[in-house]
Amino acid sequence: MMKTTNKIRVLIAKPGLDGHDKGAKIVALALRDAGMEVIYSGLHQTLDQIIETAIQETVDVIGLSIMSGAHLPICEKLVAMMKENGLDDVRLSVGGVIPYQDIPKLEKMGVAAIFPGGSSFKEIVAGMNQLFD
Amino acid sequence: MGVAKYIKDEKGAIKEVTYQSGITVKPAYGPEDLEQAGFEYKKDLGAPGEFPFTRSLHPESYRSRAWTTRQYTGFGTPEETNKRFKLMIANGQTGLNVAFDLPTQMGYDSDHPLAQGEVGRVGMAIDSLKDFEAAFAGIPLDRIGSGLTINAVATIMMAMYQAAAEKFGFKKEQISTTPQNDILKEMIGRGAWIFPVEHGVRLVGDSIEYAVKELPKSNPVSICGYHIRESGATPAQEIAYGFSIAKAYIDNVKDRGIDPSDFVGRFSFNFNVYGNLWEQIAKFRAARKLWAKMLKEDYGVTDKKKLWLRGLFGGGGSGLTKEQPENNIMRGAYYALGAALSGAQTTALCSFDEAYTIPTPRSALLSLRTLEMLMEEVGLRDTVDPLAGSYFIETLTLQMEEKIVEEMKEVEKWGGMVKSISNGFIQRKVSRQAYEYEKGLQSGEYRKVGVIPESERQESAKSGGTEKSDVELHEYNEEWAKHSISSLKEVRRTRNDKEVKDSLKALERAAKGKDNIMPRLVRCCHAYATVGEMTGVFRDVFGEWTEPDFY
Repeated sequence: MMKTTNKIRVLIAKPGLDGHDKGAKIVALALRDAGMEVIYSGLHQTLDQIIETAIQETVDVIGLSIMSGAHLPICEKLVAMMKENGLDDVRLSVGGVIPYQDIPKLEKMGVAAIFPGGSSFKEIVAGMNQLFD
Repeated sequence: MGVAKYIKDEKGAIKEVTYQSGITVKPAYGPEDLEQAGFEYKKDLGAPGEFPFTRSLHPESYRSRAWTTRQYTGFGTPEETNKRFKLMIANGQTGLNVAFDLPTQMGYDSDHPLAQGEVGRVGMAIDSLKDFEAAFAGIPLDRIGSGLTINAVATIMMAMYQAAAEKFGFKKEQISTTPQNDILKEMIGRGAWIFPVEHGVRLVGDSIEYAVKELPKSNPVSICGYHIRESGATPAQEIAYGFSIAKAYIDNVKDRGIDPSDFVGRFSFNFNVYGNLWEQIAKFRAARKLWAKMLKEDYGVTDKKKLWLRGLFGGGGSGLTKEQPENNIMRGAYYALGAALSGAQTTALCSFDEAYTIPTPRSALLSLRTLEMLMEEVGLRDTVDPLAGSYFIETLTLQMEEKIVEEMKEVEKWGGMVKSISNGFIQRKVSRQAYEYEKGLQSGEYRKVGVIPESERQESAKSGGTEKSDVELHEYNEEWAKHSISSLKEVRRTRNDKEVKDSLKALERAAKGKDNIMPRLVRCCHAYATVGEMTGVFRDVFGEWTEPDFY
């Protein structure tokens, strides 16, 4: 897929009530250092708020950070909401506490890139870039 | 922020060691180092149990009593949590440390749309007094103390604990609860905040004032350097920021005309133990001394017992790795050793599977046994502060003290802790450090066993690959939410609506004015007002916090 602008625009978002934001913040810093434009949503976001920000900021990727274990239901719902809102060109990625056995399930839902805890910055940056090769 | 930075030569010999707090370590230490650091036995050390308490709070420390262990427990329904409490007590645990689910921590009832998928997931779900009655049924609340790990709505849980105890026939004077109740650290790390900074601090102040007057055995606040460190602070900053937060709370209550001597003795702390062993030990020894000195010099506290840095020094989750999770069992044991050599009064260990999930009963029990071994088998009870007098440890303790003071001065320069957090100074600093440390881990600048630096990953893949082992997961049970919601509906149907309304109205009046909200909350709890309703009053009156930009 081709991108309209040169820089990848990423929305790093923390859905739900979990407030462990170290991962989200350091990934935001790493992506920014890698030359991407990064918007950080802040904590306690509803999925509606995330969709709204994604539209307003015309991002290329939504990167969810989920540590609570609720990645499956959240991603399923967000994928559906992205379709409803016509965000067909926006890719979804997710990182956080994600057991390896859940990766195929997330892929099947349509999550484009998955970064379980322990993923390196290099892997995350490469994974994001690959989405637009 | 964990391990030290080691610079080695081509043969692998260590050329330079730098701790996270910025202290460089020499190959050997001698009497000249103590002299250079200005070490004086009486001023810096003294006898165990004597000011400045560097060595220990008690003259005989573990000789007279082993540490208290508090594994963090609580999940699913209050009934299930109650079973786990009883199991931990039967296994020798002497105090409870209660976990709440996220909707409870954020002040939402189980049937709120934002609670969906989260009810009972990371702790127990509490909607009303009915749930506390179920959770603490049959627990001797006059003998077993409870830490309530909750912050933004700690006042509500504290009130509910009192209401439950009263229902069981205990008097409020008999119960001992330690709500975490440290909202400022939530704003630096962990993120379970609701209200703007100044209102958050006012609630903490109200609970301290109430405890001073009504709950003689309870400890209204437990200040958590722990989570600040988890967010990316160095060990020196962990203590410095913890103490600066404590000052913010002390000043709030002092401004109400209450003498700090009346309440500082009830503060407790929650600090982190992971990373370099020596740095941890020096940190705690320096912290005990600095806390006592600060209370004496800045707040005129003289009573010896009120100068004690009491609290839980627990094995930190950030030290654990997702890679090769069984290694975390051994890591935990070394962290526990660090806590014991530091004279921890109370301790807990993260379980080896916590990088993935909340601990299974098996892993939680393993942590408890690890802690017991140190006290029963290894000899940590033999003598007080066994490392005292070591050229290295005493020098390092003095250097650590200096670093902590430096970090506290920076917070003062920024206008104190409340301002530093409102402006995002601290958050930006620790996030940036967390990023730099993580980069260092990935580049191999910092080493952790089982974690393969990026540069060596391809090499390792050729020789069999990185291990991708999962541990047994604690499954989320949809039934918990159903159970909570039906129980909540039952409460709403059977309670006295007029009393609920009246008690919430009284709470609103107190929140808007200056009256202490605690007695009003106790009344609301007795009326079976829900957590969502009580928090709703605060949300309407105080509003919600907007985070400062972290870049």
